[in-house]
Amino acid sequence: RMAEDVKEESVTSNDESDLAASDGSLNNTMLTEGSCLLRRMEISVAEAEKRSGKNAVSIQETYTVYLVETRPMDAIAEGHNPPPDSLWRRYSEFELLRNYLIVTYPYIVVPPLPEKRAEFVWHKLSADNMDPDFVERRRIGLENFLLRVASHPVLSNNEMLYHFLTKEHGWKEMVYETGFQAKADSRLRALSATFRVRSPHKRLVEMKHYSDGLQSHTSQLLRARTRVADRLYAVYKVHGNYGRVFSEWSAIEKEMGDGLQSAGHHMDAYAASVDDILEEEEHYADQLKEYLSYAEAVRAVCRKHELSQFELEMASQDLISKKQQREELATGIVRTFSLKGMTNKLFGQEAPEQRDAKLNLLEELIAEGEETVKEKTAECDEHAEKAWADIVRFKDQKDKDLQEALINYALMQISMCKKGIQVWSNAKECFLKM
Amino acid sequence: MSGATVPADISGHMLDLDEDEDLEVFSKNTSLADGNPMPNSPDSMVNQFRLDEENEEEQQGAINKDIFVTVDNPESHISAIETFITYRVVTRTTCSEFDSSEYEVRRRYQDFLWLKSRLEENYPTLIIHPLPEKFVMKSMVERFNDDFIETRRKALHRFLNRIADHPILSCSHHFKVFLTEEELAPHRKLGPGFLSRMSETMRAMANSVRGLRSKLEEFAVMQAYVDDFSNKMCSVDKVTNRIIKEHREYMDELKQYGPTYFQWAESEELLAEPLKGVGSCVERCSKETEEQIQHLSEVLVPTLHEYVLCADTLKAVMRRRDNIQAEFEAKNEALASRTTDKEMAVATATGGLNDKERESKKLQEEVDDLADRVEQANNALRGDWSRWRTSMRADLKSAFISTAAKNVDYYEKCLAVWESFLLSQRGESMEQRNGADAS
Repeated sequence: RMAEDVKEESVTSNDESDLAASDGSLNNTMLTEGSCLLRRMEISVAEAEKRSGKNAVSIQETYTVYLVETRPMDAIAEGHNPPPDSLWRRYSEFELLRNYLIVTYPYIVVPPLPEKRAEFVWHKLSADNMDPDFVERRRIGLENFLLRVASHPVLSNNEMLYHFLTKEHGWKEMVYETGFQAKADSRLRALSATFRVRSPHKRLVEMKHYSDGLQSHTSQLLRARTRVADRLYAVYKVHGNYGRVFSEWSAIEKEMGDGLQSAGHHMDAYAASVDDILEEEEHYADQLKEYLSYAEAVRAVCRKHELSQFELEMASQDLISKKQQREELATGIVRTFSLKGMTNKLFGQEAPEQRDAKLNLLEELIAEGEETVKEKTAECDEHAEKAWADIVRFKDQKDKDLQEALINYALMQISMCKKGIQVWSNAKECFLKM
Repeated sequence: MSGATVPADISGHMLDLDEDEDLEVFSKNTSLADGNPMPNSPDSMVNQFRLDEENEEEQQGAINKDIFVTVDNPESHISAIETFITYRVVTRTTCSEFDSSEYEVRRRYQDFLWLKSRLEENYPTLIIHPLPEKFVMKSMVERFNDDFIETRRKALHRFLNRIADHPILSCSHHFKVFLTEEELAPHRKLGPGFLSRMSETMRAMANSVRGLRSKLEEFAVMQAYVDDFSNKMCSVDKVTNRIIKEHREYMDELKQYGPTYFQWAESEELLAEPLKGVGSCVERCSKETEEQIQHLSEVLVPTLHEYVLCADTLKAVMRRRDNIQAEFEAKNEALASRTTDKEMAVATATGGLNDKERESKKLQEEVDDLADRVEQANNALRGDWSRWRTSMRADLKSAFISTAAKNVDYYEKCLAVWESFLLSQRGESMEQRNGADAS
């Protein structure tokens, strides 16, 4: 599946390549222009390990590290089997990478990370971050994240991504040195303020509403599924009691004893089978959780465009009011009420020299303003265009991925039914011997 | 308290008219009974108990059966004093003891209780199929709730048919009266009824204080089995009810789960169809779960419940047998002590010897009667024990087989549901791929 996506995406990446350069991509002869990282490099998150160490405030903590392995594709293609280069990364470093990408590419739907804390946990599933099953699912999620980023037509060219995969030490410092943190903070402040846009971008607003819906629908589904899983677990486990009771009962029966005893064993097997069934279903839940997080990423892109739009409107507004001021000064006619205008009328106008000085200043400001508006308009349009392109790409990916997830879910149910048929047929045979 | 305090005339009531008739039947059968009153061997009996969901009851012991009973048509009977349900009891018979070949009467639960207690009195060591309980506390079901009435009706039907199948019980006078008399009330007044119940309780108390002198090994084994069986039945019953509870909760969650797929589908384009597909699969599976629950409630639960009650019946039967033996032992001891007295009396006094002799002779007769009673009771129990074991095995086996078969059916139906979804999706994706290539 990944290979297919890669093929399709490399077609579009050609358009992005020049812009990518200005966004911190590698100007390295090693990379052929327009092809994404994943074509050149095999990436995997191969293992997870527990580590202990002192953290920033000198407190001992236990954490998990993940082994990121890379191998050059051309060597593999040539039939060599080189050992992979590898380095260890913590979850927090993945987070850092993602935050950097979000700030650097505000118009791109950046792939999400697997959940920080276990959510939608059904009763017996562990919510412990150190639980081996959780760690394993997280490992898969982190690999998935890297593969998605490395196959993205825009994101895959990023320099920090490349260093994340290849430079074990000093990578974090490098990222901080880009100064992205300051941009992130100011963005966050601006976005958390309420602002209204006069002429919103219709398609992006629709997309924002869609992403809200996607978020609520997937979380509702996940919540309901969790409760179903809980109940299913109980149904299966209760049958284990049959195993115990049949065994005890068979001890006091002569003719019925054997049949009961062996039926009891099948009941035990039935009760035990639910653990694997539900563990597999967690992968389905993980796929849905990925798109729950994706919905947030889409929303963020739409919101950032709204912010750009708002800033443009502010700049335009400012320009208009300055032009009005110029007109007033030039003609002496006050079109709109202003305190200055009133005081002028009441207390007389200024001297011609002062007026000229003011006019000149205004002309400068107006000229600057017009540049600003021109820039912001271009930025806004570009943002909208790129965002829409990535959203279209996202929509296609989502439809394919989720359709596949639904099919996988059906396959899991089928497997569960087949196991059920097997167990109860066996039990029936035992009862026939009673 | 020795057996001598039991009024002599009470013991006489144990041999009333009904009993005489039945005693003849008793002795006929006991001559056959070497622990197996049925002409067929247990194995061939089992063969007869083949799984036939429709006519299970009718097929059991079908060899000699000539009384067919149905219980149906529950109706509310409202009077100034009380409201109760009556059931229609229809009997078709070729038995020569009956004047007609078809009877229809209406009976209420109390009437069934009367029949059962008369049968227990007359056949203390036969195993009588249990009646449904008076009321079910745990589920807080109203007496006139439809489900409750239906469950009760089925159990009453089984009760009467088990009696009809029984070689001895089916010949009971009370059974005939129950099936044929328009009005049961006059018959209910007759007979020792209350009095003999009282005396039985008194005797039981007396005997429990004495204890049995010696118990035949086979009955000790039987007792131990009955106690264990009772425990196991309670456990299986409890587990089964728990399973139903969990299934219900699972089904309730499925009902919430399915709609989330449909809701999501509303805001999707390409994904709408597969989402709706999964949603409807979940819906259909929840319907299948509902059917599964219903099957459990209608087949396994009532059967297990009846055998929980059976276990209590067995305990009572064993107690009654023990009482009969205890009574005999008490009288026997009294006789033994009397004899030595007698010898002394003979030595000391010559007058009144005839009275003494007559008394001793009478006592000896009573002891002999009691000894016979013990013999008959033991034989009756032995015979009925193996009969009961056979039908218990058949009933439970059949109920478990049916449950397992239903579960297989449940999973097969769900499998078909998901497979058809898969088929529709595979077809879809093929089309999509072809479409993409073309463009």
